Amino acid sequence: MIKRIFIFAMLALMAMIFFNLVANYTENTTLSKLGHYYADKGPQELGAPNLVTAVVVTYRGLDTLGEVTVLFISAAGVGLLLRRTRRNQDDDKGLEQGDRAEETAGVHKPASEIVETATELLLPMVVLFGVYVFMNGHLSPGGGFQGGAIIASGTMFLLLALPESHISRLMIAITESMSGFSYVVVGVLGVFLAGGFLDNRIMDLGTYGSLFSAGAIPLIYLFVGLKVGFELSAVLDRFRKEDTGPV
Amino acid sequence: MNMLTDIPISLIVLCSGLGLILIGMWGMLTQRNIIRMIIGFSLMDTGIHMVMVSIGYVTGGTAPIINDAVPIADAVNRVVDPVPSALVLTAIVIGLGVTAVMLAFAVRIFKARNTLNIDECTESKW
Repeated sequence: MIKRIFIFAMLALMAMIFFNLVANYTENTTLSKLGHYYADKGPQELGAPNLVTAVVVTYRGLDTLGEVTVLFISAAGVGLLLRRTRRNQDDDKGLEQGDRAEETAGVHKPASEIVETATELLLPMVVLFGVYVFMNGHLSPGGGFQGGAIIASGTMFLLLALPESHISRLMIAITESMSGFSYVVVGVLGVFLAGGFLDNRIMDLGTYGSLFSAGAIPLIYLFVGLKVGFELSAVLDRFRKEDTGPV
Repeated sequence: MNMLTDIPISLIVLCSGLGLILIGMWGMLTQRNIIRMIIGFSLMDTGIHMVMVSIGYVTGGTAPIINDAVPIADAVNRVVDPVPSALVLTAIVIGLGVTAVMLAFAVRIFKARNTLNIDECTESKW
């Protein structure tokens, strides 16, 4: 009971803080100084029409590198927590009979032909759409993280429709580490060829508004998109009940 | 009707975001099921994102992407602040990572104790 009163009091205090915030709220009518600079100079400086992309990839590129690192660590943590050692598998064999019976009863009925065909037809399109989203990240809404999430949704689709399908851990690990490595290499090239770490002007800025423009931004988003897509696919694969393939 | 349209759009987003934060916090503090606590965390996370986005809003502004609708010369007066949007992008990805790790822990706890009730995990309780 006392616990409940404490929780209620705490929430009430939080609500009071929030109420003050809301009561004194006035909508901005002009951009902040920093936002003004980015909106004013960003397109000329970096050649990217999408200002959010310019901020994420170049002006605040280091934050994004840190973000990719956090995602990598969390994927690695999920892999570590849900890994199956040989000992664990022996433990599983020792589970109570009820559990075993439940597991054998839960053996999947194979998916119907309609589901299989639809998956084979739609999966390449989903992946292609993900690639489209991250390759156009500097021109239109989208970017590496969004495109990567779409690719991972394709993996989710595959795992739901054809749960027996095997996803190569080795392929995921190689693609992921190569794209992460290339991302950092592109960043370091910026130190030598342009203004600083992760500067996108190591390549020609190109025609404003075309696909291959804005210097290294499409390249960086290609690496980020691949890395995020494969990382999230690995996380989804780890959450499967039956762990196929080598650890 | 006029009263309703006079409320700035960002204030509505701000209030909904703060409300979601409170609901999420209530869920995390009162629920005993680990999955529900994780859902509470996700709600709070979403609320924080909404608050951040609403703070970056500029009256009458549009998405900070320069195209036919937003000419490059007039961009400064037409777009919302791109910095909070970029920060929210980062925050969403990190929230996803945290949620994934929490769910992995939930799986481990369930495997170890066959329950998702937090009251059964008494080692770190005093």
